[in-house]
Amino acid sequence: MRKEIRFSGSGGQGVILASVILGTAAALYENKHAVQSQSYGPEARGGASKADVIISDEPVKYPKARNIDFMLCLTQKAADKYLPDLKEGGLVLIDSDYVDVPETDKYKVVKLPISSTTYDKQGKLIALNIVSLSAFVEVTKLVSEDSLEKAVLQAAPKGTEDFNMEAVKIGRELAKTLK
Amino acid sequence: MANPKYEFIQGNLACAKGAAYAGCKFFGGYPITPSTEIAEFMSEYLPQHGGKFIQMEDEIASIGSIIGASLTGAKAMTATSGPGFSLMQELLGYACIAEVPIVVVDVMRGGPSTGLPTSPAQSDILQAKWGTHGDHPSITIVPNSVEEMFTETVRAFNLAEFFRTPVIILGDEIIGHMREKIRIPEPGELEVINRSLPNNDGVCKTPYASDLNKPVCLPNFGKSRIHVTGLNHDDTGFPTMDPKIVARENERISMKIYHQRNLIDKFEALHCDDAKVLFLAIGSAARAAEEVVNVLRERGVKAGLFRPITLWPFPKDEFAKYAANADYIVVPEMNLGQLKTVAERFTKRTKIIPINLVNGEPLGPDTIISAVNHLNI
Repeated sequence: MRKEIRFSGSGGQGVILASVILGTAAALYENKHAVQSQSYGPEARGGASKADVIISDEPVKYPKARNIDFMLCLTQKAADKYLPDLKEGGLVLIDSDYVDVPETDKYKVVKLPISSTTYDKQGKLIALNIVSLSAFVEVTKLVSEDSLEKAVLQAAPKGTEDFNMEAVKIGRELAKTLK
Repeated sequence: MANPKYEFIQGNLACAKGAAYAGCKFFGGYPITPSTEIAEFMSEYLPQHGGKFIQMEDEIASIGSIIGASLTGAKAMTATSGPGFSLMQELLGYACIAEVPIVVVDVMRGGPSTGLPTSPAQSDILQAKWGTHGDHPSITIVPNSVEEMFTETVRAFNLAEFFRTPVIILGDEIIGHMREKIRIPEPGELEVINRSLPNNDGVCKTPYASDLNKPVCLPNFGKSRIHVTGLNHDDTGFPTMDPKIVARENERISMKIYHQRNLIDKFEALHCDDAKVLFLAIGSAARAAEEVVNVLRERGVKAGLFRPITLWPFPKDEFAKYAANADYIVVPEMNLGQLKTVAERFTKRTKIIPINLVNGEPLGPDTIISAVNHLNI
């Protein structure tokens, strides 16, 4: 098994942290080989931000994704820029509040109103990355719910554990509405 | 629960943890992308473990501070990127001639000048060897994984302390920032070389009376007064213009490195024995090259990868041996041909194929494969 994943959005949305949590879940809690890397601009906020995770049963040498199985796009700019890298038969999860992608036979498009749902339930968007990650994991089944929760807790600053676990549940339930 | 010995961390953090494992007690630095995480960790770790962290006003002061700290007996390091490494060159030479053990980490980024702060490059390969003026030794180590960022940092401290010389670690933005799972070694699992002390009373009046096998010990701080200078000096450390002594000492600070290369040389030779297409690559470019070697082997092409882990001094004999057997030497690197010039020195007949990328993007397997596809293999 080898899966290549790309999270993309705007600098400051937390896509890099989300990718680190996914890598942690796979590497530490499911004993897989995982490599996470990122690219971003010099700005502290804004600008294109992307992070790649490769999860495999075998050691991973080159750390950048080249043949992407699963993608998450939180901004239109990121979708326009990175969707051509999604492989045929791949899957992209988009935040339908901000991103629109035409239906195609080449890959599967999953649309979820991530931002508006997060705002409705939590009154702020600070955990948008965790909600997105949780929905992404629910759709792709890359790691188990249990591994994801452990990795989120490991990354959550003290005092924010409950808030982040709530974000995990919001994302999971949002993704379950698809079925 | 996850096994606490395993961590999923980035290369820079592994480097900092390796420094802590080696017993680093002083860090003086000036933050710069893509190396800042090393300073971040040390700023938290050192004050809690009997060490000192100082954020200096610039990179010149940073390397000055670690030279001073090392002379007091502390294992000392700094971390920077290309622009800061340029500023450190003058005092890097000072540490070479004054024979002060220090570890300097350069996590390479796009350049020249401010360049591309967040993008990868490998453009300081020759700066690590010849950035400072004058004839001088360079021990330069190039890790290519998160695990090596840990273990090779420990080795960097060992070599610095043993040879009394600066050791440079060249990372790049990809190796510094990517995350992999590593097992943190137990104390005692990796060799840690500590500076030897002169004698029971800690006094040493001739801190430069060394031979080629082992530099003599620096005195214990506070036990005897020694003179430390960037001028050519004699056994006592005081300046001299005696041509015999100047020549002997200039040769000695370089030859102490070359004389004991067996303690320094380290490389990985993957499928090199029968390789007709021999890749020479370091750091993140070597990870891409390794994937290409595997692809070519599946196609039946005899490909191999020679990866210097100690880049300087260059493992020339081993490389030359494999190079002589190859039809092509392919040198993928994120600069305009710095490692290629090294390959040229040690290859007389074999054709060299450079693959260069300086656009701020990572050098990946696809770029290498499309270049190699043009070859008659």
